[in-house]
Amino acid sequence: MTDSAIILNSVEKNQNHVLAALRRNRLSWVGAGLLILIVAAAIFAPLVAPYDPLKQNILYRLSPPSAEFWLGTDSYGRDVLSRLLYGARISLSISFLSVLIAMVVGSALGILAGYIGGIFDQVVMGLVDVMLSFPTLLLGLMVAAMLGASFENLIIAIAITETAPFARVARAPTIAVKRREFVEAGKSLGFTPLRIMRVHILPNILSDIVVVASLWMASAIRTEASLAFVGLGVRPPTPTWGGMIREGFDNILTAWWLVVFPSLAILLTVLALNILGDALRDAIDPKTRSER
Amino acid sequence: MIGYAIRRLLLAIPTLLAMLTMVFVLVRLVPGDAAVAMLGDRADAVTLQALRAQLGLDQPIAIQYMRFIRDMLTGNFGHSSVSGRTVLAEVAQVLPYTLELALAAVFIGTLFGIPLGVVAACRRNQWPDYISRLLSLIGLSFPGFVSAILMLLAFAVWLQWLPVMSRASSDPINHLRNLVLPALNLGLIMTAYIARVTRSSMLDVLGEDYIRTAKAKGVKPSTLVLRHALGNALIPIVTVVGLYFGTLIGNSVLTEIVFTRPGLGKLILGALQSRDYTLLQGLMVVFATLVILVNTVTDLIYALVDPRVSYAQ
Repeated sequence: MTDSAIILNSVEKNQNHVLAALRRNRLSWVGAGLLILIVAAAIFAPLVAPYDPLKQNILYRLSPPSAEFWLGTDSYGRDVLSRLLYGARISLSISFLSVLIAMVVGSALGILAGYIGGIFDQVVMGLVDVMLSFPTLLLGLMVAAMLGASFENLIIAIAITETAPFARVARAPTIAVKRREFVEAGKSLGFTPLRIMRVHILPNILSDIVVVASLWMASAIRTEASLAFVGLGVRPPTPTWGGMIREGFDNILTAWWLVVFPSLAILLTVLALNILGDALRDAIDPKTRSER
Repeated sequence: MIGYAIRRLLLAIPTLLAMLTMVFVLVRLVPGDAAVAMLGDRADAVTLQALRAQLGLDQPIAIQYMRFIRDMLTGNFGHSSVSGRTVLAEVAQVLPYTLELALAAVFIGTLFGIPLGVVAACRRNQWPDYISRLLSLIGLSFPGFVSAILMLLAFAVWLQWLPVMSRASSDPINHLRNLVLPALNLGLIMTAYIARVTRSSMLDVLGEDYIRTAKAKGVKPSTLVLRHALGNALIPIVTVVGLYFGTLIGNSVLTEIVFTRPGLGKLILGALQSRDYTLLQGLMVVFATLVILVNTVTDLIYALVDPRVSYAQ
């Protein structure tokens, strides 16, 4: 048990290190603040949205931004701000859940491949390479087109495109950690491989995985929006950011607000995640850490 | 080197086979089967049966698989169920437009990205570095279609400098005017990727001992940066550009759709709208093969310029 205590201790130290490095990086504050704001907007959408996102009002169709409708209305007279807030819920939850699935499945595969090694490793990593040879967007497009676009299917489609990178990221540090003394000690104490992977390896490679997760979450938001833009999104009238741009694109010559505001929402969310992911990577990567 | 090249080329074969198998499985994910999906729920049993026979879906799965692999390996990707032309002919017709766009993007990306990355690395943690890093982070965050729409809005709708739709044109000046916005859109995204890689690659090289030696020898700073450092930093840059090929194709598909430009994007959109699964499947195989090819060639070039790679294997 002292063995686990030592590992926990070292993991905690590592986390303190990361937090300290994040605190020094001011841009990461901007990223984190922005992200908290966006997530809060999504969670509290029913409280903050000024109108019902689905309520049509033909009298006010295509009104430009005004005191009454801050971000204008669309071609059905629906309030853009309210749709944006509700759309955040769909876009964020699809991206979050897909990355969660990709992270769990991908890391499990990577850890198993790295720990077991041999033929199993070669086969899994071979498959990972194949997955990586499909352009992300096209693979997502293909799976979504085959399964049919729905909330659940989009999560599956995006998760499939992002599983392989996690496997790759989890495998390399697993191989490095596998050779450390405490893993040998665990083995000689007769711990099962599953326990070694869970208790001894996973906590040590978790930071690498989390960094990748934040960067892939950014990518998931982009993919979800792109799929919705080509018509493979959650069915209308449910608002999604990509879907709003798709609908607004028809009126681009007359109603710029229909495409500009959802575009900004996507851009800011992806940017916030990328800034955070970058800062985390800098904090964890010993190469850049020592130089700061 | 030759041994490595042969091994690397051989490795592409199982990769191709596994890719084909994956596409085969993917296509069979369609709820019901492809015949129902193409004809709709209300199609009568006889028509369905005929289409199944035509697509070979009435055969045992093992036979379907063997046929699929044989067809794909011999370049027989099937016929588009809408136009009736072969998938290869459909792709060949629009590929030049997409390649033109992609090449223009790589050109713009290299033109701006490398100097931006070099300046950032040389002025590390000073304002040029911060600006270059923030710019490339913003570039990386844009989904291809969002930046395309914003550019369209700014330059074609508001300023009216360039055409809204970039159709093909036989007049070279018009052709170029039509290419400017889509190419600039993709090129700026590419600039972001290249600037980032150039910066980190330059930082790695600038930390090497031989740079210190050259500095001590009194080599001019410009020669030091451009010849000694950039020369060696270029290797990883080239590799990364090769690896971004897939991302580039994905973004060009979206860009083409926004600018209503002919190309693979329009082809894919059409196939999606008409539920043309044969065409989608063929496109998937063509794309993945292209990416595998580019990756293989990139690895070979890497080995050619950096002898350490082949020894390490």
